[in-house]
Amino acid sequence: MIKEIREPLVFEIGAPGKRAAELPALDVPEKKDPLPGVPLRKEIEGFPEISETEVTRHFTRLSQKNYCVDVGIYPLGSCTMKYNPKINERLAAHPAFAASHPLASEDLVQGDLEVLKTLEGMLCEIAGMDAFTLQPAAGAHGELTGMMLVRAALEARGDARKYVLIPDSAHGTNPSSAHICGYTVKEIKSNENGTIDLAGLEREMTDEVAALMVTNPNTLGVFEPDIQKIAAIVHAKGGFVYMDGANMNALAGVVRPGDMGIDVLHINLHKTFSTPHGGGGPGSGPVGVKKELVPYLPVPVITEKGGRYALDFDRPGTIGRVRSHFGNFSVIVRALCYVLSLGPKGVREMAEIAVFNANYIRKSLEGEYHLKYTTPSMHECVFSDKFQKEFGVSNLDISKRLIDFGFHPPTMSFPLIVHGALMIEPTETESRRDLDLFIEAMKTIAREAKENPEVLHAAPHVTYVGRLDEVAAAKFPVLRWEKKP
Amino acid sequence: MSYLSLSDQDKKEMLARMGVASVDDLFCCIPDAVRLKRPLDLPAAQSEIELVRTIEAIGRKNAGTGLLSFLGGGAYEHFIPTVVDYLSSRGEFVSPYTPYQPEVSQGSLQVIFEFQTLICQLTGLDIANASLYEGGTAVAEAVLMAQRVTGRNKVVLARSLHPQFREVVRTYIKSLGVEAVEVPFGPDGRIDGAALAQALDDGTAAVVYQSPNFFGVVEDVKALSDAAHGVKAMSVAIVAEAVSLGLLEAPGALGADIVTGEAQSLGIPLSFGGPYLGFMACRKEFLRQMPGRVAGQTSDKDGQRGFVLTLATREQHIRRERATSNICTNQALCALRATIFMETLGKQGLREMAWQNVQKAAYAADRLTAVRGVKKVFSGPVFNEFAVALPKPWPVVDAALKAKGLIGGYGLEPAYPELRNAALVCVTEMRTKDQIDRLAQALEEVLS
Repeated sequence: MIKEIREPLVFEIGAPGKRAAELPALDVPEKKDPLPGVPLRKEIEGFPEISETEVTRHFTRLSQKNYCVDVGIYPLGSCTMKYNPKINERLAAHPAFAASHPLASEDLVQGDLEVLKTLEGMLCEIAGMDAFTLQPAAGAHGELTGMMLVRAALEARGDARKYVLIPDSAHGTNPSSAHICGYTVKEIKSNENGTIDLAGLEREMTDEVAALMVTNPNTLGVFEPDIQKIAAIVHAKGGFVYMDGANMNALAGVVRPGDMGIDVLHINLHKTFSTPHGGGGPGSGPVGVKKELVPYLPVPVITEKGGRYALDFDRPGTIGRVRSHFGNFSVIVRALCYVLSLGPKGVREMAEIAVFNANYIRKSLEGEYHLKYTTPSMHECVFSDKFQKEFGVSNLDISKRLIDFGFHPPTMSFPLIVHGALMIEPTETESRRDLDLFIEAMKTIAREAKENPEVLHAAPHVTYVGRLDEVAAAKFPVLRWEKKP
Repeated sequence: MSYLSLSDQDKKEMLARMGVASVDDLFCCIPDAVRLKRPLDLPAAQSEIELVRTIEAIGRKNAGTGLLSFLGGGAYEHFIPTVVDYLSSRGEFVSPYTPYQPEVSQGSLQVIFEFQTLICQLTGLDIANASLYEGGTAVAEAVLMAQRVTGRNKVVLARSLHPQFREVVRTYIKSLGVEAVEVPFGPDGRIDGAALAQALDDGTAAVVYQSPNFFGVVEDVKALSDAAHGVKAMSVAIVAEAVSLGLLEAPGALGADIVTGEAQSLGIPLSFGGPYLGFMACRKEFLRQMPGRVAGQTSDKDGQRGFVLTLATREQHIRRERATSNICTNQALCALRATIFMETLGKQGLREMAWQNVQKAAYAADRLTAVRGVKKVFSGPVFNEFAVALPKPWPVVDAALKAKGLIGGYGLEPAYPELRNAALVCVTEMRTKDQIDRLAQALEEVLS
């Protein structure tokens, strides 16, 4: 697309009287004052008035200013930006599901309930858990739900406890979710391998600790080799082990969290199970639990008897509802389609190739970029800008320069334990050609950092806008369009 | 598997370059004791043709498909112009991540900025966020926000607030020391003013009410806001039927401090309850306490306008346990659909849609209450749904209507035992006069 094409805000185009949709004429007798005493608005001030042609052009042009997985590698670490199969989109939008009302009685929605119950069963098998709820709308919502289950179980024992332990490498949602569940967070320092320090854990794990929240593989892409010992330490003091399953893509079919001592976890369907990220959602964060936590699952719980599905609200121990209705249903349909397409062999192969591709990138870039932790990588590898810093080049410069080569940047400055981090997760769906092009670009940038750092500081050079002033955006927030006075 | 892109030859050569003997060696760090030593017990892989057959066969078990429906109650069947589906299916919108790299995400960011503006225009408030999960959690977030803003720990919830929203609030506040007090409705279906006055005191953080409420009745937003402000509590208006904002005065103009809720009505399919679209708008003095992502306008070094995600210091990835909310991924693609929907309907279209809803619901109310034994439960003005009391228990009537190919409404008694034999009937612009007449006719037959 041509860089010079600017797309105004919708509020800056259009003219009174234009419209992009018509309704049939009203076919019932019109009442003059159907809402007596109710204040009505004269108009929606500032609301758009454009034609259908203009709507289509507006959004098509805007779409062309986005990078996306359909265009190329999107190596955001811990985000699992894999290809989104197109048939899943079509089936999720099937009228049998799209027109299904969530308040319709059970007998009318047996197909919907079958979708939910079937995926629950598949996730139990893949994660090695006893039950799943598909209600949480995203990963963070799953974390909150999971921690509520832990609290409910502990309260049932008469001991709600005070603290939740979280490694310093964890995603920010972990401490935030624990906090919203009423817990005080204690941070556990990582050891020299980037994994959990057992001695430190043993010290912190008291009978006042409700749970350990662990990400495995962790945000460095490193598998916690002592996961069973970790679980044993937590269990010995009567606590629960919560696993953030954001990185489940590395494990599926190879190892099951339920077999390594995990009591409760969430999985991101919008990562491991290929449902599209949509530019920031909708996601889906199903939560799996072991038997002890089953009584506390959010309502309604779906039950099945002789091929008939029902909604069970009569669950005295339940934490209650965590959202309206049953979950992000059409996201769940996509995930079900994905598992059905892959089958048992495909699910394992997905994890294998995800790990394979990440290690290929790691091996190819080792030496060019600094690796703070040399522990073996699973599905992602975390480099830093340490070598490039010598030439005044930061991870931000490297990321922005990657855009010039046609790639989305990796996750930057996370995890917090790696200064200047560049966290790369290619996923299993990339071709060798794309992987090699990405590696070549990264190598070229490493060379440019030494020879021509200016070109990096000024990057990106090919986008509609240059580097944007984020400080000014936060200091003088302009969060909406307003008519000029 | 067709989503994998490496050939056997690729793998061989790549392994050689890595100096690794086999893919299995890459999993060396996983202790043998925890490894899965059998294939997963899942159905065999299906090709696209088989997959379509499987999923369509499941879909056919939805007996509700094809029935003439008058269900509402927070999820509405509205017209969705074809451009909404068409444009929102573009891979450039469907397959990117959250726009953390603004230079390659200006499309998504400008859409969010337009969405925020449209929500402000509809609600009559200063600022709005990029979206929340859905109505129930949006209400819970508003309650927690009111607690942060006021430093008070009691919220007053209208009993006419969507029953599921109230349940979600109770789940969220359980471990946070917030108390929820419920205020009943009067014979007009609106909040009982005297009971509200009783419930309010200087420990009240917010009055949380829905308008149109769960019974479709439009609340007196100004009176409720005045009552809340009288004890320096926040007025929190919940909207579960966003199309109503095309016609009803903006809650922000009537005194609401936060307007939040469910915007599924704006171009999101029913889809068995999700994904939907939570939204939140508020007055600008509460900006730092508002949960969720926001996009803001800024410029590059050449002075060119651009958009970025901003004010992240409220959010979990910076603030961790001190964040205003734990929300991360939200409902961007649903917000995009709503943005396309609102821009397509436009100023005139949304108002006309709202007007038709009011008119058709009024016609339906007249027709149904003309059936012997059927009465309107509440006397207050309604938007596009209304409660009727029947001479027979709803499950009996419902079953008989289903046998005639109709979903006549939603039984209110399970959530409101005080409303005996009552059902909530919703009529949007999608129902024709003939269809409404058919419901009246069927009801007449069922009750005679």
